[in-house]
Amino acid sequence: MTYDTWQRRRFLQLAGLAGAGWLTTISEILAHRAEGRAPREPAQSVILLWLAGGPSQLETFDPHPGAAIAGGTTAIDTAVRGMQLAAGLARLAEQMADVSLVRSLVSKEGDHERGTYLVKTGYRPNPTLVHPSLGAICCHRLPVGNTEIPRHISILPNQWPARGGFLGNCYDAFKTSDPAEPVPDVVSRISAERQTARRQDREFVDRVFAQGRSRQTVAVQHGQMIEQAQSMMTSAQLRAFEISDEPVAVRAKYGDTPFGRGCLAARRLVEQGVRCVEVTLAGWDSHANNHGTHAQLLQILDPAFAALIQDLRERELLDRTVVLCGGEFGRTPRINPLDGRDHWPHGFSMALAGGGLRGGQVIGETDPEGGKHVADPRGVADIHATVLSALGIGPADEEISPAGRPVKLSEGAVIESLLTERG
Amino acid sequence: MWARNLLFAGVCLGGLAALVAGLSPLHRRPSRETESPRPRPAEFASAVDRLNASLGDVRQREKLAPAPRAPVQAIARRLSLALMGTIPSLAEIRELEAQPDESVVAWWFDHLWADRRASDYLAERLARAYVGTQDGPFLIYRRRRFVSWLADELHANRPYDQLVTQLIATDGLWTSKPATNFITVTAMPDQERGPDPNLLAARVARAFLGVRLDCAECHDHPFQPWKQEQFQALAGFFACTHNSLRGIREIAGPIEVENSATATPVSVIPAVPFAEDCLPSTGPLRERLARWVTSAENSAFARATANRAWALLFGRPLVEPIDDIPVEGVPPALAILADDFVEHGYDLRRLLALIAASDAFQCDSRSAAEVNVAEDCAETLEQTTNDWTTFPLTRLRPEQVVGSLLQSASLPTLDHQSHIILRFGRAIGQAEFIKHYGDSGEDEFAPQAATIPQRLLLMNGQLVYDKTKDNLINNAATQIAALASSDEKAVEIAYLACLTRRPSAAESRHFAAKLADSRGTERRQRMQDLYWALVNSTEFSWNH
Repeated sequence: MTYDTWQRRRFLQLAGLAGAGWLTTISEILAHRAEGRAPREPAQSVILLWLAGGPSQLETFDPHPGAAIAGGTTAIDTAVRGMQLAAGLARLAEQMADVSLVRSLVSKEGDHERGTYLVKTGYRPNPTLVHPSLGAICCHRLPVGNTEIPRHISILPNQWPARGGFLGNCYDAFKTSDPAEPVPDVVSRISAERQTARRQDREFVDRVFAQGRSRQTVAVQHGQMIEQAQSMMTSAQLRAFEISDEPVAVRAKYGDTPFGRGCLAARRLVEQGVRCVEVTLAGWDSHANNHGTHAQLLQILDPAFAALIQDLRERELLDRTVVLCGGEFGRTPRINPLDGRDHWPHGFSMALAGGGLRGGQVIGETDPEGGKHVADPRGVADIHATVLSALGIGPADEEISPAGRPVKLSEGAVIESLLTERG
Repeated sequence: MWARNLLFAGVCLGGLAALVAGLSPLHRRPSRETESPRPRPAEFASAVDRLNASLGDVRQREKLAPAPRAPVQAIARRLSLALMGTIPSLAEIRELEAQPDESVVAWWFDHLWADRRASDYLAERLARAYVGTQDGPFLIYRRRRFVSWLADELHANRPYDQLVTQLIATDGLWTSKPATNFITVTAMPDQERGPDPNLLAARVARAFLGVRLDCAECHDHPFQPWKQEQFQALAGFFACTHNSLRGIREIAGPIEVENSATATPVSVIPAVPFAEDCLPSTGPLRERLARWVTSAENSAFARATANRAWALLFGRPLVEPIDDIPVEGVPPALAILADDFVEHGYDLRRLLALIAASDAFQCDSRSAAEVNVAEDCAETLEQTTNDWTTFPLTRLRPEQVVGSLLQSASLPTLDHQSHIILRFGRAIGQAEFIKHYGDSGEDEFAPQAATIPQRLLLMNGQLVYDKTKDNLINNAATQIAALASSDEKAVEIAYLACLTRRPSAAESRHFAAKLADSRGTERRQRMQDLYWALVNSTEFSWNH
């Protein structure tokens, strides 16, 4: 009798589930029909425009024109009604329909190194564990595909490029300088013939060393890394670094600066399946002469950022590439006696675009009086959670740290209003 | 007038001659005094025996056959890498080989220890555990000052308990009392925050006691005995430490630390998580803490130090991870080392010498019984042997790789007595190389595999090119090609300079055949190719 009851109950439960499932399918079909298209593929890559030193939110993405804290900085209108940028970002202003701004980032890290760690990894520095940066997570979680060149690249890195952390140093960013210069160490200086002979000699020495140590020498993967390095040296994908292949007009749009060239190379690298490129523009640490410093740097940032968004869109790459732009913290609303602004982690901005994220949105608001109160405060981890979601990676998924502790990819909350466009 | 011209020309010529003489490989300094090793007391030998027996017990239980003793050159290479961050020079190998076999390791250890390069290098390695690698706060943190002070202390072989007491308890300015940088590195003046008690408590527990008490910083530890209260109580010892114009000082006041989970202050009574009896009841807070940490009855201190000393010599600690040593059930070898360390007045030199004298340190990295593994069932690096029956393979740190590279390109020893131009060039090349090779930072004993950029750097990088290219004044490869008496001799010198061993018969044949009948540029190129193959081998980039 109990057995029968159980069966009936079970049957009903299953039927109920099936019914609900059926309804879900219908509703999904209806929803998609309403949107008029199939569900979007998750994003594939991330480009981080890293403004090292901590840019002033007031002179970039969060102007307060007319307020005392502006110190005379004016604002310009953008392609999105009601959304303003600081003067100096005129070209970016035209692209703002695709770009959203989070203006209410708050953190506790007012030191460059610690702030950089926080923004790049989504975690505060912790002596027990080195967290992987966003790019390392992308490389770890997303398939390799046909990419023969490093999938995590840092162009013009400062002293703290993105790292693999506890996922392993194989996820550290590959560091390279201005794309006008050759990629470091990928070209041999001798004839192909001598190269082959050297390689054979190296293998010969390694075979002798492996005698009696075969178990260990297999584990150290030395030969394997050399083979991979060699296949990279001969890969046609390396041409992605050769921005001289681009028409002059395209190069001009990005700006004839190392950072502009870096952004153009980033676009070419993403086309080759590279998962994450960070391009650094340093010099924002304006403890003195804040306005002058920013005016100069904006002349570099504005064309490069705007051209990148436009170029990605025209090549239908924007939907599968998340673009982030920001630094380790913002700068004080109060102007110091040297006409500078100091470190300010209590309300700073970051721009997000592409990857299926909604553009033209503004999240949060800082105090026009310069106080620490911000509306809709967001942690840096929320940016990470949002970007990971756009990449189809669950932010709450866990990795096991070397100490055996489960660690979430991000402890932040997804900013839903940026995701709603996704199917 | 002509006399002045003559004088000027003479000065120029004299200067040039001095420069050439200083840089030339033909110019040999008289080698440093080759003293016989400091005699080791008889009880040292019995301590070594106890250590060997404790590791032997494990092997017997597991029925593992220990590897035979490694060649003396291989042991010397391990010691040089551990204590100086470089491989021995050809000149040093020659000196080493002139020593009687029974005392050669002890002689080499003493020879290295007496060299200022050893204290400089060890200071940098230890500083990573004490203050990390970050730049720290501007002005009030002087890392170089701190490291050079630490090197002085190590050179004087200051008892380790006194050294640690200075780190924890010193008051004063970061310039005149460099030990206080241990405290100031945690301050954040631009945030108007003084030294951080939580960070300091975490450092003390990890670096000196081998305990990850900070895993309980935000909440009670799920599978270790540590409670959040215990962490906060330990942090309490730093709660009254402030930074002023007169430097680090303890100022009486309320004892409050921040609850990291809620970012709110909590009042605490400073207390220690174990060995409570060793804590003095009176005195300034940090002094009480230092006396507790370094107390002879607080076994965690000596164990953590022994584990770190082991890691410095082997490239991997006896108990992994290095700063997470269980309270109960440590390997007997660690207990023996710790007890010996306490008995002999916290003598770091003796501790390192004792480990260096052990069978585990001196055994071969080739196993006695060769096992063949197919690639697909290979183990990861973490899983490979740590039963200490063979010497483990560990990846050299960036500064060890670049140190070895520079030394292999020079037949005489590169040390503090080297020519200033050589040292200057070395420093620049070194910094650039480390930046590209990638420093593993604080977490230096986590097992790491090789990476592609590192391989590319050694295959095609500027420094390797500069150090192997045609250059009779500076580069060993060119010098060997031009000066060696025979092809076989040339191969042997290259092997000794790069890999600290002689080539096997097969290797000698293989490479001598390549040099045969070559002369001039062609011979020098073939020598460069040999150097390239050697510095790109697994053997060169790994400790073994």
